[in-house]
Amino acid sequence: MSNRIINLLVPVISVILGLLVGAIVMYVSGYDPIEGYAALWDGIFGDAYTIGETIRQITPYILAGLAVAFAFRTGLFNIGVEGQLIVGWFAAAYVGIAVDLPKFIHLPLAILAAAAAGALWGFIPGLLKARFKVHEVIVTIMMNYVALHTSNALIRTISNGGDNSGPIHPSASLRSEFLENMTDFSRLHYGILIALAMVLVMWLILEKTTKGFELKSVGLNQHASEYAGMNVNKNIILAMSISGAFAGLGGAMEALGTFEFASVKGGFTGIGFDGIAVALLGANTPLGVIFGAALFGSLKYGATNMPNAANIPEEIVSIIIAIIIFFVASGYVIRLFIERLSKKKGAK
Amino acid sequence: MNFLEILYFLVPVAIAYAAPLILTAIGGVFSERSGVVNIGLEGLMVVGAFIGVYFNLTFADTFGALTPWMALLAAMVVAGIFSLLHAVASVTFRADQVVSGVAINLLAVAICLFLVKKIYGKGQTDFVQERFLRDGIPYLEKIPFLGPMFFQNVYWTSVLAIGIAILAWVVLYYTPFGLRLRAVGEHPMAADTMGINVSRMRYIAVMISGGLAGIGGAIYSQSISQDFGHSTINGQGFMALAAMIFGKWHPLGAMGAALFFGIAQALSIVGSSLPYIKEIPSVFLLILPYVLTILALAGFIGKANAPKASGVPYIKGKR
Repeated sequence: MSNRIINLLVPVISVILGLLVGAIVMYVSGYDPIEGYAALWDGIFGDAYTIGETIRQITPYILAGLAVAFAFRTGLFNIGVEGQLIVGWFAAAYVGIAVDLPKFIHLPLAILAAAAAGALWGFIPGLLKARFKVHEVIVTIMMNYVALHTSNALIRTISNGGDNSGPIHPSASLRSEFLENMTDFSRLHYGILIALAMVLVMWLILEKTTKGFELKSVGLNQHASEYAGMNVNKNIILAMSISGAFAGLGGAMEALGTFEFASVKGGFTGIGFDGIAVALLGANTPLGVIFGAALFGSLKYGATNMPNAANIPEEIVSIIIAIIIFFVASGYVIRLFIERLSKKKGAK
Repeated sequence: MNFLEILYFLVPVAIAYAAPLILTAIGGVFSERSGVVNIGLEGLMVVGAFIGVYFNLTFADTFGALTPWMALLAAMVVAGIFSLLHAVASVTFRADQVVSGVAINLLAVAICLFLVKKIYGKGQTDFVQERFLRDGIPYLEKIPFLGPMFFQNVYWTSVLAIGIAILAWVVLYYTPFGLRLRAVGEHPMAADTMGINVSRMRYIAVMISGGLAGIGGAIYSQSISQDFGHSTINGQGFMALAAMIFGKWHPLGAMGAALFFGIAQALSIVGSSLPYIKEIPSVFLLILPYVLTILALAGFIGKANAPKASGVPYIKGKR
């Protein structure tokens, strides 16, 4: 069996195993797995409205996935997507509220603000990694908490102690009447187009530019890249900033599209952490990220239908997602299993 | 309120908040010293916190005042078993240890909330009946100055945490087991050559970290939050991870860092009722531990040396 097929099989088998474990968990805890998965299916594809909402949910997942995947390709692990997304969310909402401009300036400005905020939040760990050799995993985790508390404090400041920033101006909104009408008035917005455009952007950067070649090269072998005359430190900083910008855009989707405000958060949104799963499942390729985001976004949104329709706690889907990550990370064993299996067939 | 009164007020709270961090950070020390990065500490604390509350609510009538202590044992066992998942993934399956840790965190929260909804039919548990109470330590509390600050108003769990930190230091640095564990984390191949079973050491170390994080979580949920919900453990595990790094992968260092973070947490919680401190916006106190960790890592406490083989799966026969 060729390596390519095995690379494709590992995520597919992981997803199947994850759903299987989910079914077992449901069965053991006294729920009906078939009813559960039927409710999940209805929650994803039930009618035009749920399909619209599912696509809306997929939008930030694509961007979070791109952020993680982009860093991975440069040999960096960005666990800070969550924090970068939160600061992006706040920045976009702030620009959406604070200024009053015509739509064709205001909307791009708000989106850019989100990307810039996310990029800054990625730049810091990148700089520390390049300058002081500090491991980016720890710094980005810490930055997540700094982002959460800081954005909460800023929201309280701009709303005079309230919990909500208030609605953004319509001129900064991504809301789309066309998409809403098409999907029975779901919150589906133009953000999905931005997300898909960013998939293309990531592909272009990585595959069609010299810089992208350098970034990938640094990811594959730092020493060889340095020997070839590339500036490894600069590339690390750049990669983290771009990764952060993708994550910040994910925040903009929530700020300008889904919610049209920023509110004080008691904890993380989870989108950033699920982005790790999205990227892993998509093998860190732009196209793969779309599939990963589609799967996890659908699961996450569909899960909200499970308590009503089948009386099953929606956390079952988080269990399934965690199991899938677990299996994808343990790809070595699945690979071994596939190879053994195909060898046996060959022997016959 | 004079300065001494502030200290009498603040230090006991700080020590109370530090206890779960100390235990979890020590757990992290064991795991990382053996060469397994454990980002999953947060999740293991969640499991401990949930089991602690669940055990407490279920058996409060049977064990009476002993319940919280029995719950600690239960939390230790269950979280230790749960951490096996991380051990299997990162030792046997050669998975990326950071990714596996992330999966542990997601899985722990998901499973515990799933069970809470299944068992209690709502988003969080009831408050526990038998909780850890503050107490004076006989004799020591009578010492002037030090008594009221450290020994009058203290949880016995804090004493346990500090005791375990000292025990961990002795075990890691003065026993053959500790030497082997550290050797496996520094140079697994050399250790293997000397006849140490690398995989077994790492399994044991990860399970110790799971057990300790479980106790930490159960202490938190039975003395501070007193119930279990989705945000009961919200960053304490990562703070423990930070304490471990801040303490340079040394049990006593980790304990010191955890105590310091305890002060930061205590300040952010009771700071609004203290003079001077209340002038500082609470957000600065909230982010203090995290910012300090970043600064510390950037070289302000000198070079911190992580165990050499930390994060690298050991593959026999591979150079």
